[in-house]
Amino acid sequence: MKILVCVTSVPDTTTKITFTDNNTKFNKAGVQFITGPYDDYALARAVELKEKLGGTVTVLNVGEADTEPVIRKCLAIGADDAIRVNADPTDAFFVAEQIAAIAKENKYDLILMGRESIDYNGGQVHGIVGELLGMPSISPVMQLDIDGDTARIVREIEGGKESLEAKLPLVLGCQEPIAEWKIPNMRGIMTARTKPLKVVEPTSKDTLTNVSGYELPAPRGNVKMIPADQVETLIQLLRTEAKVI
Amino acid sequence: MQATTQPQRTKSRGNGSDSFESPDFYQLDDLLTAEHKLVRSSMRTFVKREISPIIEEYAQRAEFPAQLVPKFGQIGAFGPTLPVEYGGGGLDYISYGLMMQEIERGDSGMRSTVSVQSSLVMYPIYRYGSEEQKRRLLPRLAKGDLIGCFGLTEANHGSNPGGMETGFIERSDYFLLNGSKLWITHAPIADIAIVWAKNEQGKIRGLIVERGMEGFSTAEIEQKWSLRASTTGELIFQDVKVPKENLLPEAFGLKSALSCLDQARYGIAWGALGAAMDCYESARRYALERIQFDKPIASYQLVQKKLAEMLTDITLAQLLCWRLGMLKNEDKATSAQISMAKRNNVEVALRVAREARQVLGGMGIIGEYPIMRHLMNLESVVTYEGTHDIHLLILGQEITGIPAFK
Repeated sequence: MKILVCVTSVPDTTTKITFTDNNTKFNKAGVQFITGPYDDYALARAVELKEKLGGTVTVLNVGEADTEPVIRKCLAIGADDAIRVNADPTDAFFVAEQIAAIAKENKYDLILMGRESIDYNGGQVHGIVGELLGMPSISPVMQLDIDGDTARIVREIEGGKESLEAKLPLVLGCQEPIAEWKIPNMRGIMTARTKPLKVVEPTSKDTLTNVSGYELPAPRGNVKMIPADQVETLIQLLRTEAKVI
Repeated sequence: MQATTQPQRTKSRGNGSDSFESPDFYQLDDLLTAEHKLVRSSMRTFVKREISPIIEEYAQRAEFPAQLVPKFGQIGAFGPTLPVEYGGGGLDYISYGLMMQEIERGDSGMRSTVSVQSSLVMYPIYRYGSEEQKRRLLPRLAKGDLIGCFGLTEANHGSNPGGMETGFIERSDYFLLNGSKLWITHAPIADIAIVWAKNEQGKIRGLIVERGMEGFSTAEIEQKWSLRASTTGELIFQDVKVPKENLLPEAFGLKSALSCLDQARYGIAWGALGAAMDCYESARRYALERIQFDKPIASYQLVQKKLAEMLTDITLAQLLCWRLGMLKNEDKATSAQISMAKRNNVEVALRVAREARQVLGGMGIIGEYPIMRHLMNLESVVTYEGTHDIHLLILGQEITGIPAFK
């Protein structure tokens, strides 16, 4: 079993987001980056499958050198080697093209990633990768088992679950509870020092989109508590102060 | 970062969940490598997942959470600085220190478990043991399949361990061991004990005593108000026949035992810092949320003074730890330097815990917040592994060349 896990390096979920350059660029200063939480589920399941079935897990990240701590953490969790495509991940198509180029070269049985990144939340990369490679792409996958060359998959659908079977190779966008997040152990951290991390240049520079600006939600207003027996005051405030009725 | 549902890594505290982040006022993180930070974040996640949710309950019940032992083994908390070939982690002393900081941030008793196993059981076997002893015991201790303890202190010999009465005499194919050891962390549950005892010539040697050897028994010290989630007890030796191959061949004299304590004290210096950070963070968050006279209590000068002094204390202790760790990495840290850090940082932690407890008012004494547990734990930490006063006298001797404790 040859597994590729694509990971993003994203701001910690509690980060306070700001922008620079006239609201066209995310301000990275002082931000703590983590492995994309959904990618982390994908990696955890990949490592479990490797332990059960044998094979290798390769981690792939499209990012600049500052993502390497996130990649090392993936190696510490149990990936065997890593590839970093040395480029700013500008949009979903660009990232998907890089992943597809690496996958064509190395012929993986499974290409796993999170169902979406948690920075820009496009949720498109797995679909585009599947299309570029001519493979089925399924998301969001919450359960995955492999039986020979068949994957048994449970997918979340609106209000329920869908059970599927598909032949390998496959591209999957993963989410909980496919596996429990793994914490790197101390020996893993030490051995990650010497695991191979190959840096390659991007194969193309195609981007199909261009960000013209970001906007933050308006700051939340102050909350006023009105006791339940003062409905009249509430209505009056809604009229005069909040001006919503 | 966006509105749709996404996995939450951190939750707010106060309802028992744990969103601790350590203060870093002097940007000491810039002095750490990416690997150090990964060690710290991994151990912090481990503590949040495995220790924080259960520790209050175990401490209240005065019960040791034995199920954590294999989990500590799995995460690599036992013997992280020892070579990989013996089951160790091959990490440096800054990594080791950060691990101790994070674990004691969870609970001093849990850090004691890791300290004893790593510094007082695995370290002496690694440093003074035979190759056979290392191969037989270290990998199993690293995994947590075996749990160990360290027998130096006796009922009548605490600060003066050299006066120990436990002794052994050589017989044809074994050593006959008699005596007892008191205040021993893990005594009631230990599979093996590193026991320091005098031979017929009055020289101190180290022996590996194993559970099941005839005449070896243990007893538990009950009704502790401190380190309640850790077990403490007594080791009793009545004509125990210890096989000759269980002698640590390279350990000679009290200095061998004390070298193990140096290892453990180094970990305590970092660990106490973790407890202090947890108390500070709890107090800071509480002060911002607690409203009195229509304002958060954090807006009052006396509360700000407490928080400012706590952060100053913690930052100084962090600097001490970091430098000491670098010296340890170069094998240049002296016993006196370690004494200074252990003594200072435990004192800092106690002071921070007491101030933090006051910031929380009545809430400071209940189990919903960790402060009272840390405070009570630290009353042991300030005494074990060399009392507060003895460390002062070690420094006094270092300065003057005159030992004042003899």
